[in-house]
Amino acid sequence: MSILVNKNTKILVQGLTGKTGSFHTEQALAYYGTQMVGGIHPAKGGQTWTGSHGESLPIFASVAEGKERTGADASVIYVPPAGAADAIIEAIEAEIPFITCITEGIPVQDMVRVKARLDRSNSRLLGPNCPGVLTPEECKIGIMPGSIFKKGNVGIVSRSGTLTYEAVFQTTNEGLGQTTAVGIGGDPVKGTEFIDVLEMFLADDATESIIMIGEIGGAAEEDAAQFLIDEAKKGRKKPMAGFIAGRTAPKGRTMGHAGAVVSGGKGDAESKIAAMEAAGIRVSPSPARLGTTLVEVLKG
Amino acid sequence: MNIHEYQAKQVLKGYGAPVADGVAITSADQAEAAAKQLPGPLYVVKSQIHAGGRGKGKFKELGADAKGGVRLAFSIEEAVAHAKEMLGNTLVTAQTGEAGKQVNRLYIEDGADIARELYCSLLVDRSVGQTAFVVSTEGGMDIEEVAHATPEKIHTIAINPEAGVTAENVAAINAALELTGDAAEDGKSLFPILYKAFVEKDMDMLEINPLIVMENGRLRVLDAKVSFDGNALYRHEDIRALRDETEEDAKEIEASKWDLAYVALDGNIGCMVNGAGLAMATMDIIKLYGKEPANFCDVGGGASKEKVAAAFKIITADPKVEGILVNIFGGIMKCDVIAEGVVAAVKEVGLKVPLVVRLEGTNVELGKKILNESGLAITAADDLDDAAQKIVAAIA
Repeated sequence: MSILVNKNTKILVQGLTGKTGSFHTEQALAYYGTQMVGGIHPAKGGQTWTGSHGESLPIFASVAEGKERTGADASVIYVPPAGAADAIIEAIEAEIPFITCITEGIPVQDMVRVKARLDRSNSRLLGPNCPGVLTPEECKIGIMPGSIFKKGNVGIVSRSGTLTYEAVFQTTNEGLGQTTAVGIGGDPVKGTEFIDVLEMFLADDATESIIMIGEIGGAAEEDAAQFLIDEAKKGRKKPMAGFIAGRTAPKGRTMGHAGAVVSGGKGDAESKIAAMEAAGIRVSPSPARLGTTLVEVLKG
Repeated sequence: MNIHEYQAKQVLKGYGAPVADGVAITSADQAEAAAKQLPGPLYVVKSQIHAGGRGKGKFKELGADAKGGVRLAFSIEEAVAHAKEMLGNTLVTAQTGEAGKQVNRLYIEDGADIARELYCSLLVDRSVGQTAFVVSTEGGMDIEEVAHATPEKIHTIAINPEAGVTAENVAAINAALELTGDAAEDGKSLFPILYKAFVEKDMDMLEINPLIVMENGRLRVLDAKVSFDGNALYRHEDIRALRDETEEDAKEIEASKWDLAYVALDGNIGCMVNGAGLAMATMDIIKLYGKEPANFCDVGGGASKEKVAAAFKIITADPKVEGILVNIFGGIMKCDVIAEGVVAAVKEVGLKVPLVVRLEGTNVELGKKILNESGLAITAADDLDDAAQKIVAAIA
């Protein structure tokens, strides 16, 4: 099993015809035949997209039309920041169940608007400013490098893209492999939080252990730790390793990700690490030892 | 992006918020004319720098007994005397660090008779994904100390973006600030005004500390600190024009031209990394092995050879840097592009300090080959742990 996506997931691409959208759609098609079923472009409906290796996909004028014609149950968004919020809202209004937004740099107020609309819908949004989600040998949505994955039993959830790759690579090297890796993204206002993904991993039989990677800013890691403590009381618990990036970041400065800032005395690494350890997560002091830390936890 | 207090007040005034009259000056000769434009007899002379704690701050060049960065004046002559003493000197506050900041601009403002000092700020509350007012009756103090000592005195009122500031919201804010009579009436117009300004101008933070109730019972914005969402500046030409580059680090300005996420720090190991999380983790691991990073630098996901070279040059131009660690986990970012950028930059500006490079992911073999064949003195590392240990050892 896996979470969020599998070999049956059918995906529309919003922003397919741009350079980034085209490149990653080719990569996804090449990854165990991920079912990319079409692209969206308001002015190019009816045309065909052709990839650099001769791949081709139909282009639809709207998400609603694309969904109607292909039976898509997911969309991925590569639209530039200025139009990305409207692209997400279009997907919500077309009742796409699972929407992933890769775009980095969307204004926060645009995401506040999106969040309000999302809360009144049945759609799930992953991101924005995230690397996407990948279930090994089945489905790749987004920009994660498929070559470092291995089918296995570790669930990975992370706020950071490249640290997700570290966790994936290290669990592959340890021979454990992954069920699904999920990048929830580095923006302050986003669709899917740690708790949502942890709930899915706890419920997924194939996921035997979990790596959770957080970073400074906000209180999502603390909230997740409390969730894990509450679930453990109900007997739901899996071995976990973790990491928090930004221990050395100065207060009040935004560290690349719009959401990575320690402000108002909140969101520092030490409080997050303490909360995660209180919830039974073994927090590695080094991002290079995520895999070995998990192996130590599993040995007991 | 941060702006000065006087600019923030102009923005808020444009939306109809009650702010005092004031004039910004850049030389002491302008002080008298500025003060004469104001009604008097009370004036406030305020240093304009991008840092808080100005009132309690001290000027480096003046004695310990000299007054701080925000001063009251009871006559035009006194305002002029303050201006002469403050302009050009270096103000050290709790937020500037020991180096302090040179005061190149003052704001001379009409004084007010203060009955009560309140705190009011707006920010995006990420726990609910909405813009929220954070208010407290404990104004004029460091709000973090209030939050720590008396958290029950801080109230958060989130605003539903589809409804805007409702009458219920205003009533809740007025109640939290214990506003009555004319002040409560002023709140009915002020709080929706602040929200409108915050949303329309894509502010990151709007902090009014203090918001005052004057002796006459009316509200006034006495101080204003505003920062803007960098991702939204593209749609605000008027706000971009308020940028004061003299308040920013020169390396950070150069980095922003290349759209690099760069933050100057105090250590001596320069870092170049792809991805914000990995860049922070790289700083952390340097610290774990006993050294300090000289910077945070995320070259992003799809950097070109030119952008990588620009980043490398910014890092090497920092005189504090004694060694450089390049850490790349290529996803979209291809390792060969990084390698080409590093080689091009080193050929142009030379390499005077040890350089350790760790490459992993997309096109890693090609990247390593480019570095090996460059003939440059580059130390290759197998993984992040290895890389951090090698650069720390190299400068020890």
